[in-house]
Amino acid sequence: MARRAVAVIAISVAAFVAALVLLPLAAVLWRAGVWPALAPGDGQALWFTLWQALVSASLSCLLAVPVARALARRRFFGRGALITLMGAPFLLPTIVAVMGLIAVFGRSGLVNQGLGAIGLAPLSVYGAQGVILAHVFLNLPLAVRMILQGWQTIPAERFRLAGSLGFAPAQVARHLEWPMLRSVVPGAFAVIFVICLTSFAVALTLGGGPRATTVELAIYQAVRFDFDLGRAAMLAGVQFALCALVAVLIWRAVSTPGFGAGLGRAPVLQVRGLWHGLADALAIGGAALFVLVPLAAIGLRGVPGLAELPDAVWQGAARSVVVALASTALTVPAALVLALRVARGGRGAGLMDAVALLPLASSGLVLGTGLFLMVQPFAAPSTLALPVTVAVNVALSLPFVYRLLLPEARVLLSDYGRLSASLGLRGLAWLRLVALPRLARPLGFGAGLSAALSMGDLGVIALFASDQTATLPLVVQRLMSAYRIETAAGAALILVGLSFGLFWAFDAWGRRYAAV
Amino acid sequence: MLQFDRVMLVVDGFRLQADWSVPAGARVAVIGPSGAGKSTLLSAVAGFLAPHSGRVLWQGTDLGPLDPGARPVTILFQDQNLFPHLTLTQNLGLGLRPDLRLSVDQTAQVAQVLDRVGLSGMGTRKPAQLSGGQIGRASLARALLRARPVLLLDEPFAALGPALKAEMLALVAEVAAETGALVMMVTHDPKDALAFAELTVLVADGVAQAPRDTAALFADPPEALRDYLG
Repeated sequence: MARRAVAVIAISVAAFVAALVLLPLAAVLWRAGVWPALAPGDGQALWFTLWQALVSASLSCLLAVPVARALARRRFFGRGALITLMGAPFLLPTIVAVMGLIAVFGRSGLVNQGLGAIGLAPLSVYGAQGVILAHVFLNLPLAVRMILQGWQTIPAERFRLAGSLGFAPAQVARHLEWPMLRSVVPGAFAVIFVICLTSFAVALTLGGGPRATTVELAIYQAVRFDFDLGRAAMLAGVQFALCALVAVLIWRAVSTPGFGAGLGRAPVLQVRGLWHGLADALAIGGAALFVLVPLAAIGLRGVPGLAELPDAVWQGAARSVVVALASTALTVPAALVLALRVARGGRGAGLMDAVALLPLASSGLVLGTGLFLMVQPFAAPSTLALPVTVAVNVALSLPFVYRLLLPEARVLLSDYGRLSASLGLRGLAWLRLVALPRLARPLGFGAGLSAALSMGDLGVIALFASDQTATLPLVVQRLMSAYRIETAAGAALILVGLSFGLFWAFDAWGRRYAAV
Repeated sequence: MLQFDRVMLVVDGFRLQADWSVPAGARVAVIGPSGAGKSTLLSAVAGFLAPHSGRVLWQGTDLGPLDPGARPVTILFQDQNLFPHLTLTQNLGLGLRPDLRLSVDQTAQVAQVLDRVGLSGMGTRKPAQLSGGQIGRASLARALLRARPVLLLDEPFAALGPALKAEMLALVAEVAAETGALVMMVTHDPKDALAFAELTVLVADGVAQAPRDTAALFADPPEALRDYLG
């Protein structure tokens, strides 16, 4: 009876997720009808999307290798803090990251002031180079963490053996580091490539024009400015095909995309020599500056703006918090049900696993366009902006939270599955007494991740929102395009505070209730 | 009576046969080389492994359709018999009500059983604060609360030293006497079998042989047992 109930719940959740991803897709394909001709601009958007993702992912990974290596083999004051900080850009609302970059690399930013002082022509942060710069800023830290984790999976004994055999750094690289990189870097590359493929907020703020428009941005423009739903649907179909292809490739090629847990261990291998020292100092110093300076700029610019924030900012903040909490409240239970069901195995587990990862093949604007087409005959899309945003956020953060919970659920069942069964402990009692206490830590972390991603999301909301339904990231973007930079910076600071605050609160709650 | 009615167990190509019965309230040792299928045999009784063919019956009723928790069985595993995040009182309380909504009487019963196994006043401790022997006692205390007619021991005391193990076996004997339970105990040690069990099942070469009188079995061991004893 109870077992039947659990199966029914898991199937319902899976069916709901599948419907959430596939129905909008069906709406898109139906509206696109027979393959309409690609407008010349659309072909260019597709081309730009691909090459900027390729360049962004390549640069992120190439630059990450020396940084990760330096972090792996040096001990210095603040090393732990720097590694923790490298986790921040993943949670940082994209629009805020863009503001920080404009503050540093923009027309009147630090870099151009420096260039002007020595008589050089200013650089522009807009266009293709700006999009790539922002993608590297957002993803370099992720790549560093993933590759650093690879370094730390090399057993300490191997490094000690290498040391006792008198290996020079070149030999260590050849025998220990190169094989590790060959297994880790493709995974990091693939994850970053797919993130950049679906980039919307960066392209919206720094890109645009015929030479720096991504497919996601083109979809948005087709809906919002041209009211050409047929073309938007066709572009969404193209985007889905692209993402689905890459997602399948990733899933075949990448075994364990990790988030870089447990990176605080002290390095084993100490390398001597002036050149190595200089190179490592340069790598660590450069990466720290590249991540820290824009973050600091947001703080410095934002504080004056805090004094006189318009009501729209506070209203947007309230809406964003509600959206983030609602998304989290739906995502975490859904991810938990699917993870427990897949961990239990048996018939249908493979299908459930595929469904939980299905959203990776879609994107915010594809889902958004589909939902727009679905609700438009019945209601003005702007009246449903917030529920639709919640639904899309749930779909997009589900795969991450699910992947986080699955291994923990497997451990739980293998350690305590039989004991629970032999005591007749199941259903809600099992959930309350065993599953929730034992999974509290990953549940808290997953809830924090889901809340922060949802809080900072600027995607589908741009498609639907009116002034009355704008979330905080959209308010910030609108203030920026109205050149109210100081106010925008103040609002951005509120946004960062709320995103990190929500993440911290959920994560701390999970740790607090984690079973020992 | 616990009956194995032409039971065939299959795990990943490994096969184990059993076709015999033991009376209620008996004390049975299950002995044999590692990997011979001693734990597999217990799993079939506890409900973690459905027989490939044949039936396991208790007092004439087929156990096949029953979930592990609904069987007339308590099993103690090699480790992880207690949930580390629950207190002793909670861990024991699970034996009375799996949802832990205990009545006042039941709470008193838990305290009484803790006294009985020499863990007075330790109800609020968690397993990490206990010694190996204390964890064994707590697991047996829960068996006492559950009072099921079959008690399966899958080497729960293997990690304890000889003196502690003897103490635990004495406690098992007390629990069995009090609840009238049939005890099936997996062991590697002939001394345990001789000291504790009047009957012994030899598991070797894909067959769980019919139980024999322990003393007689060890006085005149068959070839499979001689090979094992060395």
